[in-house]
Amino acid sequence: MVNITMNRKRITVPQGTTILEAAKKNHIKIPHLCYLEDVHESGSCRVCVVEVEGMKNLQASCITQAAEGMVIDTNSQRVRSARKILYELLLSDHPKDCLVCGRNNHCELQELGELVQLEESRFDGVHSKSHRDLSSYAIEKDDEKCILCRRCVTVCNEIQGVGIFNVQNRGFGSSIGGGMELPLGDTTCTNCGQCVTVCPVGALKEKDATQNVWEALKNPDVEVVVQTAPAVRVALGEEFGMPAGSNVTGKMARALDDLGFNHVFDTNFAADLTIIEEGTELLLRLVNHLHHQGAITAEQVEKTGLPLLEEAPALPMITSCSPGWIKFAEHTYPEQLKHLSTCKSPHMMLGALVKDYYAKQINKDPKDIFVVSIMPCTAKKYEIERPEMMNGGTRNVDAVLTTREMAKMIKDAGIDFITLEDREFDNPLGISTGAADIFGVTGGVMEAALRTVYELVTGREIPFDKLRVEPMKGLDRIKTATLTIKDPIETYQFLDGVEVSVATTSGLLGAVTLLDEIEDNASPHVFIEVMGCPGGCISGGGQPRMTTQHIREMRMQGLYREDEAKVLRKSHENPFITEIYEKYLEKPLGHLSHELLHTTYVPRQKR
Amino acid sequence: MSQSTLCEVENMQEEEQYRLLDQVIEDYEGMETNLVQVLHYAQSIFGYLSMATQRYIAEKMELPLSKVSGVVSFYSFFSTMPKGRHTISICLGTACYVRGGKKIIDKLNELLSIDVGETTEDLRFSMEIKRCIGACGLAPAMSIDETVFKRVNPNRIKNILEQYE
Repeated sequence: MVNITMNRKRITVPQGTTILEAAKKNHIKIPHLCYLEDVHESGSCRVCVVEVEGMKNLQASCITQAAEGMVIDTNSQRVRSARKILYELLLSDHPKDCLVCGRNNHCELQELGELVQLEESRFDGVHSKSHRDLSSYAIEKDDEKCILCRRCVTVCNEIQGVGIFNVQNRGFGSSIGGGMELPLGDTTCTNCGQCVTVCPVGALKEKDATQNVWEALKNPDVEVVVQTAPAVRVALGEEFGMPAGSNVTGKMARALDDLGFNHVFDTNFAADLTIIEEGTELLLRLVNHLHHQGAITAEQVEKTGLPLLEEAPALPMITSCSPGWIKFAEHTYPEQLKHLSTCKSPHMMLGALVKDYYAKQINKDPKDIFVVSIMPCTAKKYEIERPEMMNGGTRNVDAVLTTREMAKMIKDAGIDFITLEDREFDNPLGISTGAADIFGVTGGVMEAALRTVYELVTGREIPFDKLRVEPMKGLDRIKTATLTIKDPIETYQFLDGVEVSVATTSGLLGAVTLLDEIEDNASPHVFIEVMGCPGGCISGGGQPRMTTQHIREMRMQGLYREDEAKVLRKSHENPFITEIYEKYLEKPLGHLSHELLHTTYVPRQKR
Repeated sequence: MSQSTLCEVENMQEEEQYRLLDQVIEDYEGMETNLVQVLHYAQSIFGYLSMATQRYIAEKMELPLSKVSGVVSFYSFFSTMPKGRHTISICLGTACYVRGGKKIIDKLNELLSIDVGETTEDLRFSMEIKRCIGACGLAPAMSIDETVFKRVNPNRIKNILEQYE
C-alpha cells in the first residue's frame, strides 16, 4: 500500500494504482478523454493532467502511478488552465455542428466540455482533415470529427489483432487509417465494429440502414419482416435509460409491431435451427474422421444415418455465426477455411427461410418481402452483401439495423419504450428455446450445441452445471473443456469413453492462438467456438456505447436469465424445429438445408 | 549487406530485388523493432516504397499494413512515389532559407507542377528538401544530382533545368 495526499486529503491505495484510479476510488473527479478502463491507458490526450509536488511538468494521471508520499493537486489553477487550453485546442480542430451529429448528447467531447466549462473558444483556424470514408458496407469514418485519441487503434491492434487502424503521417497532418490512403472497404477490416463502440465522438459509426428500412415500411406493396438477435434484448433498454442487462424482449417485440413491421420474428428460432444443422455437421465430421482413421467401419457410419464422406473431413470444426470472425479467418487463415462450419449465421438462415418457406405460406413473391435483422453487430451489415447470401436471385436479408439504430427508430417514431406492454413474437418463426438465447454470450453456441449433441449420442440430458463460461478477459481469452462420452446409445457405441476436447474464445486475438495450433497440426480440439467480439455478441460493435466489463457481465446475466426462464432449453425440443424438418426441410444437412442454410467461404488477401 | 551489393541494384530485375529484400528481412530477423532499418534498405533497393513493397514487407514481417505505412508516412525520408531520373535538392538550412530558398521552391512548383517529395509525371525530376548542404557561403543553394548550383536566381532556374534530359 502507498500513502498519498490528494487535494489535501490523505489516501491509501494499493501499489501500482494510477493517480486517476486512486482519484476515482476516492470520489475525486479528474476530467479525462482518451482513457478507457482496461482498454486504452496511454496518456495521449493529456486532458487528465494533475500537478504533483516536486515534479516540474504536469503528469497524465491515467499513466502515472501513485508513489509513497506523493502530494497531488487535481484541480490547481495551473491544472485547470492547462485543461482549458487543451480543450480549446481540441475544439479548434473539430467541427462544431453538434446539433446534427449522430453523437449529440452521447458524446464524450461534449461531456468533457461540461466539466471544463469553457465560456469562449478563442482558437479558430484551419482544420487538419476533412475526409469521409464511405467505402465500407459496415462502418463509416469521418476524419473531420476524429480527435486522434487512438482508442480505435488500441482496440483494433491489441484486442482484435486486426490492425487496420494506425496513425498515418504526422503532426497536424496525422490521421487514423489503413495506410496508403486505402479506403476502409479495401482493407482487411473484419467489420467487427469494436472501434465504433470505443470512439468518444462521431468519427466512427455504423453505416446507416434506418433510411432504407423507413422506405420499406412506407411501401404498401412490401411485406416487411423483422427478426431480432438474442443480445439485442438485454441491451436495447440501455438506450432508454434502463439498467444494463434489463430484459426487454416483450417491449422490443411491441415496439417493432408499433413501428409497422408486418411480421415480428426471432433470430432465436434460427439459432435453434443452427444447433441442429451444426450439431449434426459436427457428428458427421467426427464419425467420418474416425472412419478415415480406420477406427470404425463403413457399416458403423451408415448405422448412424450420416452420409459417408469420400475425403477425411477437417477437425476441429469451428463455429461460423460471427461474420467478423469469418472475414478475419478468410484474410488471416485462407488455407484453413475447411475447418469452418458451413452453416450460415442464424439471421441469414432465418432470412432464407422467410423468403422461401414462409413466402410460400403467405403466398408472396420473395421479391416483395423485405427482411430486416436487428443485430448487436456491425459485421452483419457486410455479411448481407456477400454474394453467397442469396437464394433464387434475392438476398436472404435486405437490411441490418444495429441495436443503436433500432433505438433511434423507436425514438424517431415517438414510441415511449419504457411504458410499452409486452408482446410475444409471431409464430412460427418466433418460437425458440433457452439454448438460442445464450448464442449471444461467449461459450453459448458451444453450450447450446453440447446440450443437443450429447443427448443425440447418449440419449441422456447433459449435466447443466459447470457448463458456463466465465467472463473472459485479458489472458483468459481461451477456455477449454473436455467431455468424456459415457454409455452412448447403441448406434454411437464406438464413441464410448472418447474424450471430446472443446475450446471457446471471444475477441479475435484468441482465435489467432487456436488457429495457429491448427496450422501446426497441434490442435487437441474437436470443436471450437469463436465469437469476434470480446465477451460475445453482448458487446458487439452495434451495441449501446460504452461496454465496460460491468455492463458486459450484466448483459450476460440477462441472457442467462432468459435461458433459465424458459421451459424448453434444448434446441431439438423446439416444437417448430421438429415440424419444419418433417414438413419442409426433411432432415438436417439434407438437400434443401444445403441450399438454404449452408454457405461457402472465400480466401482473401492477407494484408 | 555490403554497399557494393546495394550499388548494383539499379539494373536489377524485380525478382532479384525482392530476393534481396528477403535477405534484408532475414538479417533483421523479421523483428518489428527493426522495421525502420528494413524500410531504409527497401527504399535503397526499389528507389521508393510502393504499396506493393509495403504490403510485401508487412506480410513477411507479420505486421499490419497500417503499421508499416504509418512508419513510412511518418518519416519524410521515405518516398512512396518512384524517384525521377534527376533529384533536385533545395537547401533550406538557415542561410539558404533567409536568402530565398523558399522562392526557389515556389519557382520549381510553377515550372514542374510538383511539390516537395513528388516526382514529375514523365519521371524526369524529383524534388526534395535538404537541411543545409554545407554551402552556406553560396546561399541560396540547390543541387541537381551531384552538381551544386550557387546563389540561385529563381528566374534562371528554367535554363538550369533545360540541361537535364
